[in-house]
Amino acid sequence: MKKLMLVLAAALSVGAAQAQDTLKKMKDSAAVTMGVRESSGALSYTLGDGKYVGFHVEVCQRILADVQKQLGLPKLDIRYQPVTSQNRIPLVQNGTVDIECGSTTNNAARQKDVAFAPTTYVEEVRIAVKANSGINSIAQLAGKKVATTTGTTSVQHLRKHERGANVSFEEVFGKDHADSFLLLESGRADAFVMDGQILAGLISKSKNPADFKIVGEVLSVEPIAIMIRKDDAAFKKAVDASVTGMAKSGELTKLYEKWFMQPIPPANTKVGLPLSEATKAAWSNPNDKPMEEYAKK
Amino acid sequence: MTWDWQVFLQDTGGGETYLDWMISAWGWTLSVALLALVVAIAAGSLMGILRTTPNKWLVGFGNAWTELFRNIPLLVQIFLWYHVIPGIFRGLQAVPSFILVVFALGFFTSARISEQVKAGIQSLPRGQRYAGLAMGLTLPQTYRYVLLPMAFRIVIPPLTSESMNIIKNSSVAFAVSIAELTMFALQAQEETSRGIEIYLAVTGLYFISAFAINRAMLFVEGRVRVPGMIGGGR
Repeated sequence: MKKLMLVLAAALSVGAAQAQDTLKKMKDSAAVTMGVRESSGALSYTLGDGKYVGFHVEVCQRILADVQKQLGLPKLDIRYQPVTSQNRIPLVQNGTVDIECGSTTNNAARQKDVAFAPTTYVEEVRIAVKANSGINSIAQLAGKKVATTTGTTSVQHLRKHERGANVSFEEVFGKDHADSFLLLESGRADAFVMDGQILAGLISKSKNPADFKIVGEVLSVEPIAIMIRKDDAAFKKAVDASVTGMAKSGELTKLYEKWFMQPIPPANTKVGLPLSEATKAAWSNPNDKPMEEYAKK
Repeated sequence: MTWDWQVFLQDTGGGETYLDWMISAWGWTLSVALLALVVAIAAGSLMGILRTTPNKWLVGFGNAWTELFRNIPLLVQIFLWYHVIPGIFRGLQAVPSFILVVFALGFFTSARISEQVKAGIQSLPRGQRYAGLAMGLTLPQTYRYVLLPMAFRIVIPPLTSESMNIIKNSSVAFAVSIAELTMFALQAQEETSRGIEIYLAVTGLYFISAFAINRAMLFVEGRVRVPGMIGGGR
């Protein structure tokens, strides 16, 4: 038994220790693995058939193009590896994924395990309600049913907010975003609390978008960033430089416009979520501060 | 890889620790599973008995029930109960999702128990039924005093498996907003980023719950054993 544990421990530590130097790995193999999400709003999603697109996917493609130039590689093969919120951190740590371009919140707990590029998108947690419900703020949610999705940080914000603001409401949980939206649509819930861009996307794709609106105060602000391995200073420097460059040149604004304000595939619908002040602030002063720093304000 | 078991002592932001939350989630899992088990054994036994009666309408009803509930995937059944049926009958929306999930899980399992009870009754020699009736017992009396006491003893081992399955199947309840262990695992690992510790703890609790049922059923099996009957001579 003890022997088995030792073997396991050794296997784990080998897994963690390999490929610390991403730049060298890219140079040697002329390939890189990008972690992508199946369905993370307009940030990162699949069109099916192994094709992945979205705001963060395109930002990452630009970053990797910059890195390729820096390394002087004639050709860089980008492999796409779908990840989930459960496995994304282990996959980045063990070297399966070199750069994760999904919708990962940069927080202090995760910074112990991985590193983040400068924040490229700031998510605001908002409330979606039916347009005719008359609800305009969180205080009006007292005694109402509030939906959110299992396995998201919104649940935690809601809980903290409930305690802080001394309002009590009944929480109902959907198993994914589509399910939570169905709860709102079918009247099982009076409000749906989630990341603004996810709400905007779900509303834009619903049968009757005019029936829903996003209201109320911002419940929480979360910096969403591209995730890379920890303790790989050279790669982080290259990624940081690329993101900072895109922020300064207005490239990020253009990409944002493309993914959030213009019709996007597959259904050619618009998310219709204008660039927030918080995101603008993050771009004008590129940083990888965790969520906790945002909450201090 | 470093362990961080202290994660269970962190505050969830709601004034309790993750450990408190996990224990309460365990309670939900056990409540869903045990109540569903009661529903399943009651409905399953009834349907299994109906399927062995001489009346073809009762047999047909028992067969229809069994086929309906065992041919639709469990998760789909849960969604039918939660989203579709209340959409047709508006009044059902007021029924708490806990009740819905107990019945959904109970009826799903009842189809399997019905099949086992039927098999148990049919495994008895036909002469026993005729003997009971020839003695002047009515059909219900024949079942009550002759057939069922034997049949239930025979099907205890498969019933044990079903009872353990129901604990594990109760994890689908997270899909309809029951704060049980699977939901706790999904949620807490996201909040704490210590997925491995959380999943290990939850796995342990599932194992303990299912194993406890296994031991309890083994005890029952030993207590009701009839010497001379199948497997009873040990």
